[in-house]
Amino acid sequence: MIWFSALVLIPLAAIVVTAIDGGWGIFWNTITNGQTLSAIKLTVFTAAGVTLVNIIMGPLIAWVLVRDRFWGKSVLEVMIDIPFALPTIVAGLVLLSLYGTDSPLGIDIANKRPAVFLAFLFVTLPFVVRMVQPVLEELDRDVEEAAASLGANRITTFRRIILPSLTPAIAAGAALSFARGVSEYGSLVLLSGNLPFKTEVTSVRILSSIENDNVAGAAAVATVLLAISLTVIVVLDLIQRRVAARG
Amino acid sequence: MADTLIHDIVEPAPVEQRLRPPRVRKTPTTYILRFIATAYLFFLVAWPVSLVVTHTFDDGFSSIQALLSDPDTVVALELSAYVAVFSVVINTIFGVGISMLLVRQQFPGKRLLNALLDIPLSVSPIVVGLALVLVYSGRNGWFGPILSDIGFQIIFSTPGIIMATTFVALPLMIRELVPVLEEIGIEQEQAAQSLGANAMQRFWRITLPSIKWGIVYGVVLTLARSLGEFGAVKVVSGNILGQTRTATLVVEEKYLNFDPQGAYATAFLLAMVSVACIVVVAIIRPKNHH
Repeated sequence: MIWFSALVLIPLAAIVVTAIDGGWGIFWNTITNGQTLSAIKLTVFTAAGVTLVNIIMGPLIAWVLVRDRFWGKSVLEVMIDIPFALPTIVAGLVLLSLYGTDSPLGIDIANKRPAVFLAFLFVTLPFVVRMVQPVLEELDRDVEEAAASLGANRITTFRRIILPSLTPAIAAGAALSFARGVSEYGSLVLLSGNLPFKTEVTSVRILSSIENDNVAGAAAVATVLLAISLTVIVVLDLIQRRVAARG
Repeated sequence: MADTLIHDIVEPAPVEQRLRPPRVRKTPTTYILRFIATAYLFFLVAWPVSLVVTHTFDDGFSSIQALLSDPDTVVALELSAYVAVFSVVINTIFGVGISMLLVRQQFPGKRLLNALLDIPLSVSPIVVGLALVLVYSGRNGWFGPILSDIGFQIIFSTPGIIMATTFVALPLMIRELVPVLEEIGIEQEQAAQSLGANAMQRFWRITLPSIKWGIVYGVVLTLARSLGEFGAVKVVSGNILGQTRTATLVVEEKYLNFDPQGAYATAFLLAMVSVACIVVVAIIRPKNHH
């Protein structure tokens, strides 16, 4: 416990304390500063957009991995985990090589806003898939067959039988991928160019404050990010509890 | 009549038929979904990753050789490996401890601790770095000046990098072990206790063997995460060439200094390790299930 406090709790508390130390005025000024505000907006909106894509693509991929059988499926399985294990800076470089200046596809989004979207999409890929997959595996197929035998078509079966049981897993995965998106840094360094007002995300904003020795400002922005992470954790905890209560 | 009825129920299906997985209904939708999933993963993951490999070997092995003959890069690679090993050891010991605590003990604040353990996964690495600097910075941190007075510098040196790395990889081991520990229960340990085994014996002979695979899995994940940490390390390390520059920082540095070959080669090495980690996990996982 002492170790946990020394490593995690005290440092995190220090951020909040430093932010408060600066006083409400400084805190508010930092947060509402044009550049910071646009960074926060960009981060949150992009993360939300990416989460939406994941909500659709995640269950789809999980479905293919669980229900479908075809040659090369295990390769797909490994590919899902790559974004999680790949160092984020390498992830940025990897995406840059396909979607950067000398892209073989002719798509150059380096230093543009879609780059942020793409990077978030890459690093958050595993979350929804990996949350949904085990639930889908456990799902009793008899119920689906029963529904079908009672005349439900496939869409109805999906909407009334499968979707409700997947919802908590999708929600949990979405929360995680939102949190991950908001906090992403490494993959953006090379890919987005960090142009103020355009592709600068919140994490980069904090780093430049640190480098300019503006600790109070950095702590203020960090507090905002911390608040977002805590909210996500609380949401996750509530979802888990609801699932556990349902049995 | 009654005979046939009973007969029908008791008769088991032939073995092969029972073992065969349920048949997949192949409809156009199946193929469309399969195609969408494969294409999505191909464009998002497979193609970009494979490009790094081809870029690295554009001119044969020369870029890898150049990389390994650069003393600063070698120091960086060694530092990364050293830090990763340290972080794995620390996280394994405390991970086992905290998981046992979470599963076996009831105490006030358990739910809070459980929730707080997820923070490192969802908080930005930059925030992690900032937090550590605020507390342990030798200049104006909370504990930093005291520690540097006794000659112990954390920020801008290796201990800081180890702390940052340990922080971000902290939950991985615990999240692996908690379900395993919950599943094995305590009956076997109680039996061992009733036969006179002391706490050490119970841990080494009963608990440890049953969570063995969970630990291996956790170690692999922690290793991958530790090697790849970038943001938090960037803040706390000071990026001093040949001293506190890790492999991930080398990738950035080389790319920004117009040495994409070197960047790709370093990235390739890092990617190899992480892909190897995933493959190891993929092989272990099924064993773990049965």
